[in-house]
Amino acid sequence: MTSAKTHLNSKEFAEQAAEEMITSRSFWADARVRFFKNRMAVVSVFMLLCLVLFAIFGHNFAKWSYEEIDWSILGKIKTEGAPSIANGHYFGLDELGRDMFARVVQGSRTSLLVGFVAGITSVIIGSIIGAMAGYYGGRFDQIVMGMYTIWLAVPYIIFFVVWQAFFGRSLAQLIMVIILVNWTAGLLIVRGQVMMMKNREFVDAARMLGLNDFAIIFRHIAPNVLWVVVIYSSMVVPEVIMMESLVSFLGVGIQEPNTSWGALISEGASTMTFGTLWQLAYPAAFFVIAQVSLYYIGDGLRDALDPKDRR
Amino acid sequence: MTLLSVRDLNIRFTTGDGDVHAVNNVSFDLSAGQKVALVGESGSGKSQIALSIMGLLAKNAIVSGQVMFNGNNLLAASNDELNQIRAQKIAMIFQDPMSALNPYMKVGRQLSEIVELHEGLSRRDARIRAIEVMEAVQIPDAKRRLDAYPHEFSGGMRQRIVIAMALICRPQIILADEPTTALDVTVQAQIMHLLDDIQRDMDTAVLLITHDLGVVAGFCEDVMVLYGGRMMEKSKVGALFKSPSHPYTRGLLRAVPNIHDQTGQLHAIPGSPPNQMNAPTACPFAPRCNDVIDTCWQTLPELTGEDTQRACIQPVEALS
Repeated sequence: MTSAKTHLNSKEFAEQAAEEMITSRSFWADARVRFFKNRMAVVSVFMLLCLVLFAIFGHNFAKWSYEEIDWSILGKIKTEGAPSIANGHYFGLDELGRDMFARVVQGSRTSLLVGFVAGITSVIIGSIIGAMAGYYGGRFDQIVMGMYTIWLAVPYIIFFVVWQAFFGRSLAQLIMVIILVNWTAGLLIVRGQVMMMKNREFVDAARMLGLNDFAIIFRHIAPNVLWVVVIYSSMVVPEVIMMESLVSFLGVGIQEPNTSWGALISEGASTMTFGTLWQLAYPAAFFVIAQVSLYYIGDGLRDALDPKDRR
Repeated sequence: MTLLSVRDLNIRFTTGDGDVHAVNNVSFDLSAGQKVALVGESGSGKSQIALSIMGLLAKNAIVSGQVMFNGNNLLAASNDELNQIRAQKIAMIFQDPMSALNPYMKVGRQLSEIVELHEGLSRRDARIRAIEVMEAVQIPDAKRRLDAYPHEFSGGMRQRIVIAMALICRPQIILADEPTTALDVTVQAQIMHLLDDIQRDMDTAVLLITHDLGVVAGFCEDVMVLYGGRMMEKSKVGALFKSPSHPYTRGLLRAVPNIHDQTGQLHAIPGSPPNQMNAPTACPFAPRCNDVIDTCWQTLPELTGEDTQRACIQPVEALS
């Protein structure tokens, strides 16, 4: 008995047993490999990166600022305002004689900023509330779900109009109101995931070890549901860009002299009967490229991160 | 010296169909350095006893009685008070090492987090403690393994990590909830020997919860047999295996396959575990007992006796 026991407890035995240790990549490293195997997703990341660089550095390449009016062409926009390398208006002029290239750079900046800042912030807020509702359950959960249901019934365009009538119209207000409208993004899905997670044994183990709720939610449960939040964010960002464009198109979003893709498309659409199609085509093309790439990136992230669809 | 004293513990769970009486009038003591086994089949309430001591029962549980530790009743303690006792004084080893570790956290972090929280160690000191405790549970090359994720370990190695998590604050009491059930037999032996060594080194009291009588015989000094949430027999290991005094214990021991048994038959206890929807009014084992007599159906036997305590109205001599 004793000899068998010393053998079982010896270092060699433990080392032998440890030989079976598998060395493998972490979940995120694995997901990265899968993501970069997805050709459409990689192309989309490249396209989106180009768009972001264009929005940040584009104004350096513009011959005209977005405020300047080219008086020499104003009044002859239909005949001379078309895109041209020679006069420096690469994307042509809008109906007020401003350089479309500079305007598109300005609009891209606004739309991407609103999309990423408002989209990601609202997912984070929704996820935190959802995580707490899922973890604590009971009364808190009931209140949150009640608020969620009520929120679904609020018509958001009217909400935009009313909000901006009270608080004024600015980029910051626009971002804030979009976050407010979208606070439910990610709430349900994170709540469900956390409800599933909190019954897992490692959460009991963490409680057994005397960790407080904050540590359990944010250090133990959050990393386990992070992939859901990432996928969800990639779907909410294009949705928010769409929402921003829609309200700007309708005239309750971004205000002159600032502009966004939606506002530019709106202006372009109103003048398309005059044959100045470039005023519509350029912002629309940028908008479509952004939307398509964002959706493909989201798709790639889902394939890479969702453990159920691994193959 | 008695560390932990459980008195008249009752645990009920409210469900849509009525109350389930999971644990009824269970009392026992645990002294420093003592190794006690809590044996019973599935659903006998043995895990619930451990969870009630840790304050981790499900939300629909109604618990009464006393669990005294250092003069405090743990059942009445607030969550903050319990957090001071958890891990530092009483720790639990979970059954399934596959699910008791956080898959997204490096094992070293899972260990060091505990001492950072309870002992206020710096990150660096906590890492050193994590390495020490990993070496104590004989994980080779601990320094390198600190930054590995749980999925990079084999089952036995993971259970060692789970044990290390329970040990890292040097608790006075360890509740081991079926620590080897999820492991294969050779690994099981290693883990039990490891637990034995550590228990002796640190003079920890261990409450081993199991349904594996082989593990009990090799590890424990005292055994408590649970059936239908009631204590059936409480005795020294030697006495229990040599001359089980309760019909249920006898049935359990007969059910262990014996290599010398030439008939090749397995002996099961006929019938199935009791429905615990109603508070028992008679011996819960009566429906399955070989030696049942009329009075068994009317009286609820209490634990009586000196060294060997048993809850059976018939004298030992009268049993078949």
